[in-house]
Amino acid sequence: MADVTLHHPPKAPSQPAGLASIAADLSSDQLAFKRVSWGKAMMWIFLLSDTFVFSCFLIAYMTARISTPVPWPNPSEVFALEIAGTTFPLLLIAIMTFVLISSSGTMAMAVNFAYWRDRRTTAVLMLATAVLGAAFVGMQAFEWSKLIHEGVRPWENPWGAAQFGSVFFMITGFHGTHVTFGVIFLIIIARKVWRGDYASGRRGFFTSRKGNYESVEIMGLYWHFVDLVWVFIFAFFYLW
Amino acid sequence: MAHVETHTGVQHPIRLYIVVWVWLFVLSACSYMVDYFHVQGYLRYSLILLFMSLKAGLIVAVFMHMAWERLTLVYAILVPLGAVLVFVAIMLLEADYTFLTRTALLDMAYVPAVEGS
Repeated sequence: MADVTLHHPPKAPSQPAGLASIAADLSSDQLAFKRVSWGKAMMWIFLLSDTFVFSCFLIAYMTARISTPVPWPNPSEVFALEIAGTTFPLLLIAIMTFVLISSSGTMAMAVNFAYWRDRRTTAVLMLATAVLGAAFVGMQAFEWSKLIHEGVRPWENPWGAAQFGSVFFMITGFHGTHVTFGVIFLIIIARKVWRGDYASGRRGFFTSRKGNYESVEIMGLYWHFVDLVWVFIFAFFYLW
Repeated sequence: MAHVETHTGVQHPIRLYIVVWVWLFVLSACSYMVDYFHVQGYLRYSLILLFMSLKAGLIVAVFMHMAWERLTLVYAILVPLGAVLVFVAIMLLEADYTFLTRTALLDMAYVPAVEGS
């Protein structure tokens, strides 16, 4: 066994595994994120920074809720909906959650069909994602107007701690803005897929660069992140 | 499960996404049930956190393809999140302290509209 290896010139060092692979990647004096395009790496880094933004909001909410001696309004009752005489706690929020999860599902499939170069299915699934996202924003607008009608303001509300309103409008408003921008970009990318920009190498009007189907996956990363943030808002703001 | 890795990305059978989608529905329904059946106390908090972590994990690992990303990228994204947990711990202590001083020194118990004092 030993002389077999002697007769062969040493091969390039084999790919280390685990933590050693991270050290090897980062110390290679080359690309740190190998086999990851710059677009995808930058989207991940943007999402990390956005995670910090939403974390700060949720931590601010936690701090406000713990530090006030005034009772916190019960979200289960505040967000209840009455249908045909029966009161369902958090009904609209639950529907919004299911709508957003469904939009994540259609987006994940759109990414897959984009790699199969199935333009039509990809575009249709992305537009379905956009429709579900728009429905989510619509329901959020309904929820906002309902609460404003009931007297919730950033500085007061009829049920308890005044911070409830400011936290609610800031967190859901910021998240809704993210969803809205996601819908806009979904429509833009879906149009490019539908028209065949990524197959023909047509240059984008803003960057004058040729795109490729990875744009769909990068768009998907953003959209799943929006869904991910809602998971945390749902757990900490609505259920806690 | 069979995965085809190309230089553009990882491809999976559509079935994988359907299965994850169904699981996300089930987990969301579970967390809604926590509220619907008025589960209270530590059981409520642990169930909320459990369902939240499972949903977040599924979304990040499968929908965002992190399970198939290179380890360097995974660590570059996940390790900094430890700072968030440290921040949470700091503000838990700080908020508790604020609550204690407000109740002890300002006699604020059950007196609304005193923010910013």
